[in-house]
Amino acid sequence: MLIEKYKSEIDSILSRYPVKRSALIPLLYLAQRDEGFVSEAAMKEIAVLLRLTPPQVYETATFYTMLNLKRVGKFHLQVCRSLMCALAGSDTVIGWVKTRLGIGPGETTADGLFTLSTVECLAACGTAPMMQANEDYYERLTEETFDRILADLKKDGTCSLKTGPFMWPEPAPVKDET
Amino acid sequence: MPKHELILLKNMMQPGYTGSLQDYERTGGYQALRKVVGKVPPPEITGTVLKSGLRGRGGAGFPTGVKWGFLPKGYQGPRYLCCNADESEPGTFKDRQLIERDPHQILEGIVLACYAIGAESAYIYIRGEFVLGARILEQAIAEAQTAGYIGTNILGTGITANVWVHRGAGAYICGEETALLESLEGKRGLPRVKPPFPATHGLYNKPTVVNNVETLANLPHIINRGPEWFASIGSPPKSTGTRIFCVSGHVKRPGNYEVPMGVTFHELIYEQAGGMRSDKPLKAFIPGGASAPFLTPNHLDVKLDFESVAAAGSMLGSGGVTVMEEGTDMVWAALRLMEFFYHESCGKCSPCREGSAWLVQTMRRIVAKRGRMEDLETLVDLCKNIEGRTVCAFGDAEVAPIMSTLKHWRPEYVTLIHAAEAANLIRLEPAVVRH
Repeated sequence: MLIEKYKSEIDSILSRYPVKRSALIPLLYLAQRDEGFVSEAAMKEIAVLLRLTPPQVYETATFYTMLNLKRVGKFHLQVCRSLMCALAGSDTVIGWVKTRLGIGPGETTADGLFTLSTVECLAACGTAPMMQANEDYYERLTEETFDRILADLKKDGTCSLKTGPFMWPEPAPVKDET
Repeated sequence: MPKHELILLKNMMQPGYTGSLQDYERTGGYQALRKVVGKVPPPEITGTVLKSGLRGRGGAGFPTGVKWGFLPKGYQGPRYLCCNADESEPGTFKDRQLIERDPHQILEGIVLACYAIGAESAYIYIRGEFVLGARILEQAIAEAQTAGYIGTNILGTGITANVWVHRGAGAYICGEETALLESLEGKRGLPRVKPPFPATHGLYNKPTVVNNVETLANLPHIINRGPEWFASIGSPPKSTGTRIFCVSGHVKRPGNYEVPMGVTFHELIYEQAGGMRSDKPLKAFIPGGASAPFLTPNHLDVKLDFESVAAAGSMLGSGGVTVMEEGTDMVWAALRLMEFFYHESCGKCSPCREGSAWLVQTMRRIVAKRGRMEDLETLVDLCKNIEGRTVCAFGDAEVAPIMSTLKHWRPEYVTLIHAAEAANLIRLEPAVVRH
């Protein structure tokens, strides 16, 4: 049960809104964090917490692409395929996933490590091609960086190539005046 | 030295600037708030914003002061401010930079707006993918609360402005202000029928203002330096101030460039963004995000302000400028954008829901060299039956790529269809598309 495990976090979420239903997406995220996806049991529990009917929870949950109603791999690779990334070669990135991991969009590797999804614009058009792996952005992908990201994710669960606070172009390096 | 004075990106361009409260205060941050809160009557702030000519930076370009002025006078009861940080228009990535590099600039703008409109609660609706941005904002809010800039007793004045971050969950349509409100209420992000407008019936049916991140970030500067200063930048009287343009596609230096409104596309693409990446000539560009009709090299001298781009047959929109070089297949480009709109149609209005599926199907057939000449009429017919017939502006947006590429590059469509006819490969597509 979510309520037993995350009592104080749920209370804090509920305290932000004058109307309970507003807490629905935050609670669905919480359920997803807990189980890796949003399960039917979690949706039923959330319905009770927010005094909604299960269909009210379900209709919201099914609208949003970031809420996974099915289990996904440990690393969810989301490659942007919108025009701006496509101009910079996002179809090639999808090809790299296929050759390295043997999966296409919507598929998961047999070991359950990687799921590939193609997604629409993630607001990183100036640093295309890009992908999001779980919560992190990886931008200006090349074959070399892509391979390193896969290797690091497998080995360490994260990769130092992820984008920090975003700024592009980066400011010019400070010139030494002396 | 950059050619133009930076306003919004100035702080973050300083070496070592981290966006912390300390850094922001050192560059004069929260001075605008100190100057007015509890001292200047709120209507005067609205007057200042009105005088500055500030227009919404999200896409529609509605004058911010006018929007604030629509709130009912003397209304007793809660009213809300929503900061639109959904940034989902393809080609746009400026808000992400403002949020992650200088969050306090936005927070100061939010508190100023709350004070001006009398809102005690503000929600920052940030797109779900910006996990880092949401974390940075939450941390900045905590810092500002401790310093007394946000909370129940701002700077000891007894005035309340609480700010919360609310993450979306992956839906383009939630950048539309009424869909954003629905989503914030925990529902599917379906745009509302207007009127009534959010100013009177917004979040929880209460008076609400929805402003874009970049719009709000301008407020501290307008208060500090005065509306006359702001109104003198750009192309007054209708397009004042700077804009952060996001350049993507086939240029040497893609990225965010802040310039006064009214510079030409030529300057933005060839000076700021370094010109074409492989010195192939420019073939086409989108001036204001995926919803804006394509323009051609003949439009390079058009000025980047609301009126000039509209006069050229497109729109300044969200400021996302996507550049395509010679050799780009324009029918393919239009299809890619159409696939985006098909994926993101919320499904509320049938012309958009069904029409987007038909458009994608017809476009795919043409690109696969299985098109027929009458497909071109079908495309136009479909577009005309979507445009203006939907609850929100999505319908108008989704027909823009097809209508504008048909207008400027019709021969490319015809060539593909001729190739199909020559190969005699015409087959009928299944009539039903899986949505």
